[in-house]
Amino acid sequence: MIRIEPRQTQSRAFTLGVPILSAIIALGFAAIPLLAAGANPILAYQEMFRGVFGSVFAFSEVLTRATPLIFTGLAAALAFRAKLWNIGAEGQLYLGAMAAVAVGSGVLDVHGILLLPLIVVLGAAAGAAGMVAPTYLKIRFGADEVVTTLLLNFIILIFVQMMLEGALQDPMSLGWPQSAPILDQGMLPPLIERMRVHSGLIVALILAGLAQFMLARSVWGFRLRAVGENAAAARHAGINVNRSLFGVAILSGGLAGLAGVSEVAGLKGYLTSDLSPGFGYTGIVVAMLAGLSPVGVVIAALFIASVFVGADSMSRAMGVSSFLADLVVSVSLLCVLVGGFFARYRIVRASTARAAP
Amino acid sequence: MDILNILLSESFWAASLRIATPLIFGVLGALICERAGVLNLGIEGIFVVGAMCGWMAVWLGAGLWGGVLVAALAGAFFGLLHAILTVPLGLSQHVSGLGITLFATSVSYYTYRTALPNVSSPPRIEPFQPLDLPVLSDLPFLGTVLFQQTALTWLALLMVAAVWYVMNRTALGVAIQAVGDNPDSIDAQGLSVYGLRIGAIVAGSALMALGGAFLTMSAFDAFFFGMVNGRGWVCIALVIFASWRPGKALLGALLFGAFDALQVRLQTEIGALVPGQVFLMAPYILSIIALVVAARSADYPRALLTPWFKGQR
Amino acid sequence: MTDSTVLKLNGLSKRFGPVVANDDVSLTLKRGEVLALLGENGAGKTTLMNMLFGHYLPDSGSIDVADKAGVLRPLPLGHPQVALAAGVGMVHQHFTLAENISALDNITLGSEPLLALRRNRREARQKIQAIIDRSGLTAPLDTPVGRLSVGERQRVEILKALYRQARILVLDEPTAVLTPQEADTLFENIRMMTDEGLSVIFISHKLREVLSFSDRIAVLRHGRKVGEMATSEADEKSIARMMVGADTPELAGGTMAPGVPVLSLSGVSVSGRSKRDTLSSVDLTVHAHEILGIAGVSGNGQSGLANVISGLVQPEQGLIKVDGVEIGTLNPASMIRAGVGRIPEDRHREGIVGAMSVAENMVIERLGDSDVQSRGLLRHEAIEENATRLAKAYDVRGPGVEAPARLLSGGNIQKLILARVFDRAPRLILANQPTRGLDMGAAAEVGRRLLEARERGAGVVLISEDLDEILGLADRIVVIRDGELHEAPGRDREQIGLMMAGEPA
Repeated sequence: MIRIEPRQTQSRAFTLGVPILSAIIALGFAAIPLLAAGANPILAYQEMFRGVFGSVFAFSEVLTRATPLIFTGLAAALAFRAKLWNIGAEGQLYLGAMAAVAVGSGVLDVHGILLLPLIVVLGAAAGAAGMVAPTYLKIRFGADEVVTTLLLNFIILIFVQMMLEGALQDPMSLGWPQSAPILDQGMLPPLIERMRVHSGLIVALILAGLAQFMLARSVWGFRLRAVGENAAAARHAGINVNRSLFGVAILSGGLAGLAGVSEVAGLKGYLTSDLSPGFGYTGIVVAMLAGLSPVGVVIAALFIASVFVGADSMSRAMGVSSFLADLVVSVSLLCVLVGGFFARYRIVRASTARAAP
Repeated sequence: MDILNILLSESFWAASLRIATPLIFGVLGALICERAGVLNLGIEGIFVVGAMCGWMAVWLGAGLWGGVLVAALAGAFFGLLHAILTVPLGLSQHVSGLGITLFATSVSYYTYRTALPNVSSPPRIEPFQPLDLPVLSDLPFLGTVLFQQTALTWLALLMVAAVWYVMNRTALGVAIQAVGDNPDSIDAQGLSVYGLRIGAIVAGSALMALGGAFLTMSAFDAFFFGMVNGRGWVCIALVIFASWRPGKALLGALLFGAFDALQVRLQTEIGALVPGQVFLMAPYILSIIALVVAARSADYPRALLTPWFKGQR
Repeated sequence: MTDSTVLKLNGLSKRFGPVVANDDVSLTLKRGEVLALLGENGAGKTTLMNMLFGHYLPDSGSIDVADKAGVLRPLPLGHPQVALAAGVGMVHQHFTLAENISALDNITLGSEPLLALRRNRREARQKIQAIIDRSGLTAPLDTPVGRLSVGERQRVEILKALYRQARILVLDEPTAVLTPQEADTLFENIRMMTDEGLSVIFISHKLREVLSFSDRIAVLRHGRKVGEMATSEADEKSIARMMVGADTPELAGGTMAPGVPVLSLSGVSVSGRSKRDTLSSVDLTVHAHEILGIAGVSGNGQSGLANVISGLVQPEQGLIKVDGVEIGTLNPASMIRAGVGRIPEDRHREGIVGAMSVAENMVIERLGDSDVQSRGLLRHEAIEENATRLAKAYDVRGPGVEAPARLLSGGNIQKLILARVFDRAPRLILANQPTRGLDMGAAAEVGRRLLEARERGAGVVLISEDLDEILGLADRIVVIRDGELHEAPGRDREQIGLMMAGEPA
């Protein structure tokens, strides 16, 4: 007979080992679909490796890809810490991006140097606004925020399409659904000449560090951890649970909104309805791989960005579908889940019934 | 009045039932899982898998019913995966479900892309045709609404009755309700909590996959990326609206279908005044409203989301 | 035939990690006999019975159960289904009933084939009715169990076991949720059944009922069997000594003159979700230097009262004053600020955040204080110093103040909460079931701290379902029933019991 026993202590090796092992297993797993596609896995891995580390440009692409994932990963990690299941980062990202192009494309007459901060603040605010209704409905009516935030993603995306064919459409786009470009002074400056990696990355890193610090060292972080780990006890101890939830909801939505700002103001320059290839959803995987730790989010985002960039270049070289990257990402999530189980529990093999003489 | 004309037209009600069909499968599937105490957010991905596998089986020559079977089995497989993660391992049902959705979706897309690397227009199959029943199909009104639907719509309606019967009239249904309320009650009577829960998730997921299969084998005749488009999530909202009852699940799906059919028709009527996207948004907004209305008085299965471990009480 | 043995436990041992729950326990049970299994909380009674019922697998030892013909056969261990089939039925302290299905469905669950397309409810109903007629255990069969009273649910549990043709019935603390009078009825029913050949093992820590009702007594202490005797040869003192290992320590509180009112509720009403958290127009005054005991059968509004005093629920009506000051908006923070110390009923669920450190749990109620934080940032060193000091003063033992609180034992978690509460010298203390699940030593410590607080001038509201605990500590006793409070005129056990049951005293 097999029994499950909770572990008394969680070793550090486990907290670090589980995500790393999960990542390795997920990459190894990719061999199966590669073989199924008739590709040589070893060559494919080589191509992927080259696509990531083959040149400075290649790696700068990884950093570019990781930037929005750090934002959405932080958005998920902080919310999940409070057991607030914000699955709506995808929609909040678009809200942020929409706000950015709305103010950034010259609609408002803002003095040059103030434009960028304004874009950033309003983008974050728009993302945060996307979390207000789901959190209110959860607290007031008990409506599951998983479902409301998921459905909002679809609503917001349709809304974006509507705006891109309406108020936000670039008059110069010849009817194409895209927004007017953000003015130059509203753009996040690039980090390296002639490469796409931009200063949004610096903002993301600073926010990750700040989140890590606040979570561990501030009263705000204390409350958030208490609410997430045991809301009933937190409430009993005089912590205003609803206020904490609202606070983290707004922060989470704001971070997701910044992901959108960073994509339009750092990379694309204008908004289209295919701005994000699912950064919001991938952010959930990032957060889980990171064990919901903000610093871990940075590392996990780099890993997942590498998978995407590597798979893209492998796909171009070998003709294997780049959906392989999505496969690896989803498998790594499932692996880290199972690994988390073994970090918390151990399976004890007890000898089966002993017949009495 | 235009709306009245729409509401009285045969084609409107036929369309409502058609749009409701995948949702009926999905809500029933979610209902079974949640009655047993497990939330299955894998539903969106399982829809995709059902749509892709059913279509591909037919495309490879398995025949339409062969396709239905393949879709159900594929759904059952991903359901089993979710069941293993959430029942014996007791992992977060939220995260596991999202993981299953990501996994199932990417498996489907990768498989489709790998099997058909260079197609510009998606290949088509010969889908289910409306059952043209003698006499019945010629009945005024009902003939069009009910008797010119495809076999899968009939299967969905049959499933409503079957799920109702199993839940309310058999020992198995009673046990599933009990395991979702208090697993200890099952364990103390010598039944297997794990067995019941895993079985319910697998069966529920197979039903969800049929919802996907309907899309590629009845509503359309090909597979597209993004074709499920949130229908799974809508089902998760509707099952709360239906307070976990098969009859109300049918009602909820039909209301939803009717609303969706109405918005398409209104779009042609007053589309010039309002951007089309407003109509596209409406179903999702409706789902949220349904959820909010039902949530406060919802009688959730008491053990929903709570893992149960043998020998720990 | 009456003397034939139906059950033998042979040298059962069970450990959970470092804790020895049962050590080489042997017992026999005869046909038609009521065996009382006595012991303190944590003595290993429930573990022993869970091994018998197959919930736990013993580390060593074996079990023999008589088959229908009366021949003892070894019972394969670790399988509840096998134990059920062998005629062992168990009524757990926490009922194992599904609330969304009827009593009849709960009873027949598991004894009909799951995959059959039809059910034979009529035959099942007849069988159950026959059992009801024989045993006197009445319960509405078609109502969802969620709507039944506690007593009815318990009878459904017993019917469940009898329906499965149990020849051996294990009752785990069956009277904990009953009034003394309801308990008497239960005992009568059990007698009717043992006369028909049922054998009963009856787990309890209440000496009085055991002495008046059982045939034989076995006493467990620290997982070991320390005594066994016929009830006719037993007396209260000697059994108590066996259970505790020494004479029961008397809590010498003495009486004190009550001081000024520290808490007053007037006309407080709460309409809760169920009877357990509903209060109807309650008046209550607690004075300084006074321990007020709230006696009552579980689920009669104790939660409602505790929720109000804890600040978890804002009553629809009524006035609440702490230390003479009216509390406007009631919430946990405002009650803490007003000087109310709260010891919650469910210490794991409401008392601590298990994943956070012992030190953090010790300051969780006063995050605004300047020694805990400055400008929104936690003062880690001060928090740790505070925890070290409190852990020492209140003897909180465990793997250290930086370790997660969930690693502490139940008794040490309670000490952590006591430390947190008493260190602030509260004016009023709400102690809701403060000794439930604690061993005798830890329970005595709780009592001592409450008396100490009274000495200092605090008022104490002690809510307990254990009448003995209230009689031992309280200066004044109020009975709670159906969300109403009734002052007990004296300390007469019988009379208070009748008041708990709602009969005219």
